[in-house]
Amino acid sequence: MNLYLKLFLTFAQIGACTFGGGYAMLPILQREIVEKHGWATDAELTDYFAIGQCTPGIIAVNVATFIGHKLTGIVGGIVATLGVVFPSAVIIMVIAAFLQNFADLPIVIHAFGGVRACVCALILSSVLKLRKSSLIDGPTWCIFTLVFGLSLLGNFLPKGIIPTGMEPVWDFVTSPIFLVLLAGLCGFCVKAVKGEVRK
Amino acid sequence: MTYLRLFFEFFKVGLFSVGGGLATIPFLTDIGTRTGWFTSADLANMIAISESTPGPLGVNMASYVGFHVGGVPGGAIATLGLICPAIVVIAVIASFLKKFRESKTVDAVFYGLRPASTGLIAAAWIQVVKIALMFHEVTLESGAVETQLFYWPAIILAAAVFTCLQLKPLKKLHPIVFIGLAAVVGVVFQL
Repeated sequence: MNLYLKLFLTFAQIGACTFGGGYAMLPILQREIVEKHGWATDAELTDYFAIGQCTPGIIAVNVATFIGHKLTGIVGGIVATLGVVFPSAVIIMVIAAFLQNFADLPIVIHAFGGVRACVCALILSSVLKLRKSSLIDGPTWCIFTLVFGLSLLGNFLPKGIIPTGMEPVWDFVTSPIFLVLLAGLCGFCVKAVKGEVRK
Repeated sequence: MTYLRLFFEFFKVGLFSVGGGLATIPFLTDIGTRTGWFTSADLANMIAISESTPGPLGVNMASYVGFHVGGVPGGAIATLGLICPAIVVIAVIASFLKKFRESKTVDAVFYGLRPASTGLIAAAWIQVVKIALMFHEVTLESGAVETQLFYWPAIILAAAVFTCLQLKPLKKLHPIVFIGLAAVVGVVFQL
């Protein structure tokens, strides 16, 4: 079989079988990529995950791009990535189409009332897990507090308080993009002051 | 024009959200407020649907929002927008993989990015709490609408799920189990 087709189908299968993404993918990747096809070793897979964790984008997509790229270059990377997102995109659009027609039924409204409460619990639980690996010392707690605080103020501060003409500036300062860039810079500065960044 | 905007908005999400799928939530909240494409309640529903279907959370969210805004082409375009930056960034990094892994500068930047990601998700969580557990509207017998600050039945349900998530044997269960049960509770108790 054509290698591109094989890449696409293998990653489509992986995309269809993983719920939740991220680390949930690891066992399936090990079985399909390492054991069945021999496209990468376990050590390479771990590397891809570590880098996927700290580069922009979704981990599943990053890992697919890495493996496709390793096998056949950039085209392989694109094919593998399209494969991994294809099944979920199709499934989600079918559900969305269904919901558009049934969203007004009382049973659907009540079910989602319960589901939203559940989502609150799930996200809080994930945040507490993330805390263990991300908030490891004083400076990281400061960065967390700064980002959390500014983001909250951006969402909840009544717009009337901001001086006229300053709204675009305020919106930018509290936007996730600015906060991510600021935090990256802060992290770099803290490490530089500690002398842990090579000159 | 809408398609172009969809692509661009999700391109930004793909470029700036670092880490797992939850990291896309703050960016989606931001998109919702700026464009009016969906409400916070829609977003919470989307999170639940994404958690219950296969595939990466970020991709599911992009497909869902894109479809919501522009049908099937919208869903496809938003998804492509989301994955484009990752493909470019990874293709570049793949050529000097080892150097990237061992770079002290990259390490220092990510030392700052990880707590920021946690902070953004925590702030997004507060917004989900606001729409799921607070400011509930009830229609009184007189036909008037009253807004309750705390929606206790939902708060109790959320607290129960959270408690279950901290218990050893239940922790390992897939989120879809909790989401399914919560939907049943929602229907039974008319949440």
